[in-house]
Amino acid sequence: MAKLNIELITGIFVIIGIACFTWLAISVAGATFSEQPGYSLTARFSSISGLREGAVIEGAGVRIGSVTAIEFDPDSFEAIVHLHINEGVPVQEDAIAAVRTQGIIGEKYINIIPGGFEELLTEGMEIYETESAISIEDLVSRYIFSSDG
Amino acid sequence: MIKAISNLGSYAIETIEQIGRTFNLLLIIAWKMCLPPYQIFPIIKQIYFIGARSLTVIIISGATIGMVLGLQFYNTLERFGSVGVLGSAVALSIIRELGPVMTALMVVGRAGSAICAELGIMRITEQVDALECMAIPPDKYLVAPKLIAGIVSVPLLNFVFNVVAIGGGYFVGVIMLGVGEGSYVNGMIDSVVWGDVRLGMVKSIIFGMLITLICCAKGFYLHLSQYGSQGAEGVSRATTDAVVISSVSVLFFDFLIGALMS
Repeated sequence: MAKLNIELITGIFVIIGIACFTWLAISVAGATFSEQPGYSLTARFSSISGLREGAVIEGAGVRIGSVTAIEFDPDSFEAIVHLHINEGVPVQEDAIAAVRTQGIIGEKYINIIPGGFEELLTEGMEIYETESAISIEDLVSRYIFSSDG
Repeated sequence: MIKAISNLGSYAIETIEQIGRTFNLLLIIAWKMCLPPYQIFPIIKQIYFIGARSLTVIIISGATIGMVLGLQFYNTLERFGSVGVLGSAVALSIIRELGPVMTALMVVGRAGSAICAELGIMRITEQVDALECMAIPPDKYLVAPKLIAGIVSVPLLNFVFNVVAIGGGYFVGVIMLGVGEGSYVNGMIDSVVWGDVRLGMVKSIIFGMLITLICCAKGFYLHLSQYGSQGAEGVSRATTDAVVISSVSVLFFDFLIGALMS
């Protein structure tokens, strides 16, 4: 009886621990063991300052994908961002990918602004229209120097 | 003067010997664990002792620390008008740092001291020698189940601690102080990534191994240390040492793993 009790309580403890881990990993950290169906695109930016792998991609404010990888292209001195777009979300050939900030000091994300073309981008293609990250320091310094002269 | 220097020398030799014995014990156990006979029930019993019996203290300390963090972060963030990041601040600091460290310290205090005292008393009352006479390898029979149980239990306790502490932060932030529920929960979900949970998990696995190993080695090799011939007083000193050394090494390794992994 004592042996059974110990085993029972230990089993309950292990179940509680694993349940907590699963909740942390799946709900909080958003780990997915099977990749969400979708397709990947690339985009080149002259600056993505602050964007991280795993950042959100939004369309009309709704989450439609995530950034899977960020590379640096030494020839053109540009950043190549790999985007994973969820299945069923159309991205037109002339859609614009813009690096934006949530609030003033929030996280960087990529906003997709739809285009007017009929042709849709498919797996592995590139979004040509991009807008780089807006640096507040740049804006401030431009304002200071323009008002100076 | 010469006596002082020779004291320092003997202290250094003793320390290095202990470190060597501790890691030697780890290697011996890792090897002997691969050899039959395999016994499951001693491991379950130790998981019960180290893990399940620590659940109450972990839940209480987790809730308290979550509530304290919620309160203090709220007071600080309110000055900058950014209480919206309360959820991510609480969740990140708990998952990355406080969860593994506090869990490990609680387990050291609750189970580590008991392990060291148990093994120390078995050593000075010559029960370990009796096992050896009966051809039962004492390191495999006594130390290995505790070590495995530590490696299994401490991460599980760490996850329980994390969840309870996030709940405590939620209680103070959202229910008592009126932070938006959506900004707490979604801020937390957006900012915590799998790498943070993995860092906490790796930390707690290493801490679990470290504290059980140090506490076991301190008790198991009591007869080889300078307190070996002091009877009950020696056990009490070895236990104190084990708790202090494992707590300090948890904090040191916390910095080390954090620096190496992020």
